[in-house]
Amino acid sequence: MAEYLFLFMAALVIASAFWVVFSPNLIHSAVSLLFTLFGTAGLYVFLYADFIAATQIVIYVGGILVLIIFGVMLTSKIDSPSIASSSANQFIGGMGAFAIFVMQVAVIFNTPWNIGSEQSRDATVGSIGKLLLTDYLLPFEIISILLLAALMGAALLSRRN
Amino acid sequence: MTSIFDSLQESLAFLNLDLFMLLSLISLLGGTVIFLVMAVNALVAVYFERKVSAFMQDRLGPMEVGILGFKGGKKFWGGIGQTLADAIKLLTKEDILPKSSDKFLMILAPFIIFSGAFLTFIGLPFAQNIVISDFNIGLFYIVAMSSVGVIGIILAGWSSNNKWSLYGAMRAAAQIISYEIPIGLSLLLVVIVSGSLHLGDIVQWQETNRWFIFHSPFAFLAFFIYFISTVAETNRTPFDIPEAESELVAGWMTEYSGFRWALFFLSEYANMLIVCIVASIVFLGGWLSPLHLINIFPESWYILDGPALGFFWVSLKAVILIFVMMWFRWTFPRLRVDQLMYVCWKVFIPFALANLFFVSLWELIF
Repeated sequence: MAEYLFLFMAALVIASAFWVVFSPNLIHSAVSLLFTLFGTAGLYVFLYADFIAATQIVIYVGGILVLIIFGVMLTSKIDSPSIASSSANQFIGGMGAFAIFVMQVAVIFNTPWNIGSEQSRDATVGSIGKLLLTDYLLPFEIISILLLAALMGAALLSRRN
Repeated sequence: MTSIFDSLQESLAFLNLDLFMLLSLISLLGGTVIFLVMAVNALVAVYFERKVSAFMQDRLGPMEVGILGFKGGKKFWGGIGQTLADAIKLLTKEDILPKSSDKFLMILAPFIIFSGAFLTFIGLPFAQNIVISDFNIGLFYIVAMSSVGVIGIILAGWSSNNKWSLYGAMRAAAQIISYEIPIGLSLLLVVIVSGSLHLGDIVQWQETNRWFIFHSPFAFLAFFIYFISTVAETNRTPFDIPEAESELVAGWMTEYSGFRWALFFLSEYANMLIVCIVASIVFLGGWLSPLHLINIFPESWYILDGPALGFFWVSLKAVILIFVMMWFRWTFPRLRVDQLMYVCWKVFIPFALANLFFVSLWELIF
């Protein structure tokens, strides 16, 4: 059962991610991203990371994807394929993508993955909260300052007329 | 809390199915139950809304259609078959897709909105043991899943290729995303005090202490921030500028007809039910009876407190809140777009943030 569900999720993620890249219509790409993000949340559930899965949906589906669709709608001529799939510097881009691909495959095969038979099913929210307020307090605060700066920058830019 | 999912798994064990078949069967059963709840809710709520609006405006509302010859008379039951007839009419309507619309997205959009409401119901308890699947992060799951629908609204507005639809979708998206913040902040207050995201634990806290609305002045305020924000999130008057009939025809639903429009309608009323049940569980004691609020009742009355009546209390509280939402709708005029954003960003969010701060102080002191 679990294997079939996992395969389904993985296939969903990969297929929709392909369509995000290759769709001739930008809006269709953005919609396809919805399925990619949902599939990724499903994969988190397989890792017993329920909180991360729900966070993925709140932040990426409910927030960032909406912003992406807004951004896409504000570009002119969404339907014309030239905007979506026009590409310059194909050789350099392809080489870069290939290099990243090789690097990621190397990382995947060289990492000593911790493969347990059954992970613990305890609630993860409490431990995540404790870690965020103890060991990872400084990174957490730095990220929030970064986000605050981005927010203020956006407000400043949009008011400059 | 034991969920319906678990108890079905136990009670169907005699069938000796393998796990794959069993889980598929249970999921199918659970899905059917949710769909029936959504459909019945929409039927009843639409009738209720038409009658409530009629009585508030000194009219009679639907009066002609009965069920099996039962026509009730000139009071509340007068047109009891009206919404059933409307539903059948909707399902048999011609299905229209505009010629220059984006057909794929226009077909997909109602299903995304519907799935958002549908997925939310999975984690939503109707009583102590009546929940499809009992999540550890229940409250957060509900907030997460109810944020999915807005994608469908934007897509519906854009793919219709209609100015009214696009305006409606833009307004709806801006409004829903903005009002998610005060909703999240006021629910966070409850999570801070009770120390759990699990809805059963939250009600347990209220059973040992008191209802959250009476927890402190700040929680009292948070309930109203939550409730008004959910009225905005479900796009109802006085916050219904995304589908303002007098300016935008029907907003993002303008080009839809028939079954797909029925899906919009179903999810809209389902969302109303969801936010009202969440409000009654989180702030109003959920399946606890209100008898304990004032201890003047004789001992024998507390039989009403039992777990058997949990469903009754949750639905009673939710129905009262839904009635208040309808009351709002037929009492207040519609806000302007800038007023709406002002209320959210400059009133609710600062108050909700201050609330969080003061409730933490309250918890430290008391």
